[in-house]
Parts: sequence; structure tokens; C-alpha cells
Amino acid sequence: MKQFYGTTLPNPLMLGTAQYPSPAILEQAFRDSGAGVATVSLRREGAGGTGQSFWQMIQSLGVHILPNTAGCHTVKEAVTTAHMAREVFDTKWIKLELIGHTDSLQPDVFQLVEAARILTDDGFQVFPYTTEDLIVAERLLEAGCEVLMPWGAPIGSGRGLNNEYALRAMRAEFPEVPLVVDAGIGLPSHAAHAMELGYDAVLLNTAVARAGDPVAMARAMMKGVEAGRLAYDADPIEARDMAEASTPVIGKAFLS
Amino acid sequence: MTVYSVIGAGVAGLAVATELVARGAEVQIFDPSGPPGPHGCSWWAGGMLAPWCEYENAEEPVLRLGQEAISWWAQHTEVTHRGTLVVANRRDLPDLRRFSRRTEGFRAVSTEIADLEPELHGFSKGLFFEQEAHLDPRKALMDLYKGLKDNGVPFHKTLAPPQLKHAIDCRGLHARETLHDLRGVKGEMLVIRCPDVTLIRPVRLLHPRMPLYIVPRGDGIYMLGATMIESEDSSRITARSMLELLSAAYALNPAFGEAEVLEIGVDLRPAFPDNLPRIRRLGHTIYANGLYRHGYLLAPALARGVADLALHNTHSEMVDEDRA
Repeated sequence: MKQFYGTTLPNPLMLGTAQYPSPAILEQAFRDSGAGVATVSLRREGAGGTGQSFWQMIQSLGVHILPNTAGCHTVKEAVTTAHMAREVFDTKWIKLELIGHTDSLQPDVFQLVEAARILTDDGFQVFPYTTEDLIVAERLLEAGCEVLMPWGAPIGSGRGLNNEYALRAMRAEFPEVPLVVDAGIGLPSHAAHAMELGYDAVLLNTAVARAGDPVAMARAMMKGVEAGRLAYDADPIEARDMAEASTPVIGKAFLS
Repeated sequence: MTVYSVIGAGVAGLAVATELVARGAEVQIFDPSGPPGPHGCSWWAGGMLAPWCEYENAEEPVLRLGQEAISWWAQHTEVTHRGTLVVANRRDLPDLRRFSRRTEGFRAVSTEIADLEPELHGFSKGLFFEQEAHLDPRKALMDLYKGLKDNGVPFHKTLAPPQLKHAIDCRGLHARETLHDLRGVKGEMLVIRCPDVTLIRPVRLLHPRMPLYIVPRGDGIYMLGATMIESEDSSRITARSMLELLSAAYALNPAFGEAEVLEIGVDLRPAFPDNLPRIRRLGHTIYANGLYRHGYLLAPALARGVADLALHNTHSEMVDEDRA
């Protein structure tokens, strides 16, 4: 398994921590699924306060913490949030999210590259939430990113992989770079799909947190990524147009 | 005769005191902040008695225990029985379908929306929870307070003396030095006045991130709530929160754009990790806490649980620890 900035993850499932019915359910979803990374949204107002119980609870999960800049619309906001995250969680990791469009929550890739460069120069290890555009991906790598996180579909939409062709192309173009499908996953089959394409991990939040039974859905997602990973490593057969019988028919006696 | 000392005069403390008095116990109340007022988070509540709607994102006890609340409150204050109307913007109709799958006790409405709330504009689909009710939280607190005074319950505007026997601690977040798993969840709300719009029941507008609702308080006054943020800083509302709250009102009827903003409320809800209330007896003190966003909905069940434990030593399901 590829390393993420020198860290080997226990498994390919990264879960967000927003929107669960309660912290107790969040905790159980992590425990029962075994997800190895928790993303945490930092809202500016919370950073100065004392006794941030919720963040302490996330830290006590004992998983890798990937703070994010969710909801940031400008480079300045994202950089400020990243600095706060580093202080609160004592980690260089930052999931860089720069929203460019209100309805699709599509990343603003121009600002994304700029912020990635600033943060990398400042010692951060950046996980950029990007589109499937290959040139943007190149620019992000040039800016110092060692991981890429293209979207599957718009955040929270649960549509699965909207552009399988482009995600395949990205995998083929950057065979050595750890790639994570981030956003748009709704079902375990979507998560499996990403892994079958050779992706290294899947990051999702809404599909689990807003499911009727978040704990069960977290477990299902883990089974999805595991199935997809196993299948990818097992070298699946090629799809073809005509049937290919698994036993030869020539020479067999048959009755009419 | 045993005198029970209730500490804290928010919705939890007043409900517990009221229940104890109703069962014939002798009670005194301590709260250094005095009678109910803006210092307590229950002052800022919505006052919806909406167990069926709340079940969308809460555990089963909220649905079951919350149903006791309507009749309990009707004995002590004015309760308005007009149900709850849940609507969604056209683009959020998947959220309405999801809401309908997760809840019960409603009927789907379309053209009926115009009969229920003629001034709701542009909503073609909704859910009507007819059995739900609402109250005015501030009036409810004052009614409990007056009822206790009328029953001769002494009210001490002081800190409770240490080493009290038969103490019942209902101080919300102030009790966290003892209740270490208690946390604060930030909530923000607005009170607006808009005589141009008439809504006669709580209306919820489904939103992907928070349950936004508007509760009529009469005389053209509405309460708009409420954000839910995992933060323990209650110093101020953010521009984003205010935008979201006002946008919700504006989406329900653009005439809300002319509303006057009367009040901005910010406070922290006391909550345990599963967001359900707890009763704990530690030594001489019974702690009743963690009502979260269900202060008025679950205070009656909490009060009954405390009275059962204090008077009869029976353990309701809310009791999670007893080290008397």
C-alpha cells in the first residue's frame, strides 16, 4: 500500500466526523468499521475556546487525524484555518478544500494550487480536494503535494463516480502518487468502484453520518473498500462483448 | 420531613421541583442568577414539543419519552396544539423523502399546505405532524416558577451551601466539573417581528446541514432557530449563522425580509456523548442533566425520573449511575 507522506494507513477508509446524530454514534462508527483516518472540520470560532470536548473526543479515537479547511472560499481563509488546525491537532496534515461554486461546491482549482504552494512552503503536508483535471493535478504536485484527492461527485450528492474515464486517466497518469476519491460516495459499491480503479483510499462523510444507521453503513463502506482493493489486486478479467464459456463446448456430445 | 434542594432554575430544575411538589415533597430552590432569565439556555429555546420530528436525528427514547411532554406541560402552562409542518425547497426534496422515512406520525401534504399555512409560498410538498405542539418557553418557565412560589417553595438567590443533603443538581453545563462527559453544543437563534406574515404553527425548513425552524410567538413575533455547532464558545453569533437563519425565513416567505430583528440568542446546550439526558446519584446529590436540544421535550420525563429516584428509590432508564 502506498504511503501518505511517509505514513502507512491501516486500511483505505477515511471518514469525516460531521453531521452524526451524536458523538457516541460517531465513535462507534469508527470503532466498528476500523476506519483509519478521521477528517475534522475546523470552524474558526472554536479554535480559541478552552475544553473543546468534541475535538478531544476525536483525538481519543486513536486514528490518524486529517483536519480540513471545509467551507473556505479564499486562499487567506484556508491558510488561516490550516494554521489553527496545526495548533489544535498538532499535525502537519491538512485536507485543503477551497470551494469555488455555491451549488456544486466544486473546488476553485486556481486558488487551490496557490494555497497548496503556500502551505507546503510552510511545512504542511497537503491533501488537496481537487477535480479530475490532469493539468491541475500536475500543478498541485509541482506545488509540493504528494497526495491527490479528486472528487467522485459533488460533496454530499451520493452519486458515486461521475466520471470514471477521467479517474482512470488520472490513475494511469500518476501511477506512483497516492490517490484518494474524496466526496460524492453514497454507497459501498461506489467505494468499491473507486478501489477497483486502483485508487489508494476513499474519503467520505455524509453517506455514513446521514445514513439511518451510521454504524452499519460505516462497516458496509469498509467492506466496500476492502472488496474493491482485493479485486484490484486480483487482476480482474477484461470485459468483452460476447460470451466466453467457462468450459469448452467443442467435441461434446449433445442431444437434440 | 426531608427537604429536597434543587440547584438551578432552568427548565430542568423547575420541572424537577414542580414534579416533586406535585408528589407532595418539600422543596427549596437555589439559583444565584435568580428567577428564569437570559442567563439560562432554556430561555433561548424553541419550545417545540415535537418528538415525532425530532426522531429523524435522535434515538428512540426521544420519540417515546417526548410524547409524555405535551400533557405534562399542558398542566402547567399554555400549550398550542397545531402540529408541525415540514417543508423543503424543490432542490432539497430528497431530504424530505429521507425525513419521511426516518419519522412517523405524519401525513404527506401538497395542496393542503395552502390550507394549513396560506402564507407559505412556493412549497408544493410537505409533511404534517398533526399531534405535535409548541409552547412559549419563557412563559412556561415563568409559569413553573410562579406555580412553585404559589406552593410556598422557597427560592434562594444564592449559591447552594456545600454538603447539602438531598440535593438535586440541575445546573446544566455548570455541573461539568463533576460530570466530565458533559459537553456544550453551541446554538444560535433570532427573535424577529414581522406582522406582515402570519404563520400559526412551527414550520421546519429542511436544510442539508441543520434543522431550521420558525416558531410563532404571537403578535407577529417569531423565533428562528437554531444552529448546532460542536463548539463551546458562546460569546457571539457568526455572520454565517445569521445568514442561514435569515435565509430560511426569507425562503419561507420573502416578506420576512422586512422583519425587525429583536433579539439574538447564543448559548450552549449541555449534552452527553449520545445526546440523551442522564440522572446520576453521586453521594448526597442527584445530577439531572444533558437535555441537549430537547429541554422542553424531555424535562418532564427527566423530572419524573428524578422524583422516582429521590422519593421511591426506583431507577428509570435515564439513571446511568447510582453511587449513593
